[in-house]
Amino acid sequence: MVAWTDAERNAITSVFAKLNPDVVGPNALARCLIVYPWTQRYFSKFGNLYSAETILGNPMVAAHGKVVFGGLEMAVKNLDDIKKTFAPLSELHSEKLHVDPDNFRLLADCLTLVIAGQMGAAFTPEVQAAWQKFLAVVVSALCRQYY
Amino acid sequence: MLSKYEKELLVIIWGKASVYAEDIGAESLLRMFTCFPKTKTYFAHLDIGPGSAHLRSHGKKIILAIAEGAKNISSLTTTLAPLSVLHAYQLRIHPTNFKLLSHCILVTLANRMADEFTPVTHAALDKFLSAFSAVLAEKYR
Repeated sequence: MVAWTDAERNAITSVFAKLNPDVVGPNALARCLIVYPWTQRYFSKFGNLYSAETILGNPMVAAHGKVVFGGLEMAVKNLDDIKKTFAPLSELHSEKLHVDPDNFRLLADCLTLVIAGQMGAAFTPEVQAAWQKFLAVVVSALCRQYY
Repeated sequence: MLSKYEKELLVIIWGKASVYAEDIGAESLLRMFTCFPKTKTYFAHLDIGPGSAHLRSHGKKIILAIAEGAKNISSLTTTLAPLSVLHAYQLRIHPTNFKLLSHCILVTLANRMADEFTPVTHAALDKFLSAFSAVLAEKYR
């Protein structure tokens, strides 16, 4: 059971409210594929991932980035029960997609950096801490159904 | 592996960053202490509250060392030898913490560079900080 302070809840929901779903998800996923190229192994059906430019312009990457963002939205709306909310997604990533869970952390870091770049001074150390805690909980929930 | 282009980019970025070494260093450390409280265990002997003199001087030292490394990427092991010895035999910081500080340095830079923190820049910085951390931990055992 995760304990959220009021300050943390506010920080997380207010950060999320500022995010453009059409931009942040696609941007973060593209960054992950560029900065950590081994993550491309899960996207062999996405066509051209040859260079930073092609990844940034790839419509399948952008579409999937929005799907990932939708998952985050689900977590923000269910802050007190992320574990249960994400159980089906965790099983999917383990049993069907066979994703090494260490990669979830990399995508989480990319998300944090995209948001840091966007929010400027509003992304204070305290806000960052709340956001990192939130992502850690999401990643942990995604890891739960791996055996 | 860093390409020639990436090495040149890093020299430029860290040249600019070293002008603000104190600010960037202090902010990176503060972010790390706030997000990952266990990192504070290495600083029990200093006053590392926001804006403290120790935070600023320590932050400055770190950023300047990294900037020096950026100017000598092809000879990181030699350039950082004294720092490697320091971290291995005196400081003995658990190597996972290098990742945490590197991440917070990236957050600080991303925050200040905004759109200039492109994916290509991000990749170059991430690779460089990983290499830097690896050299710092090289003499651990």
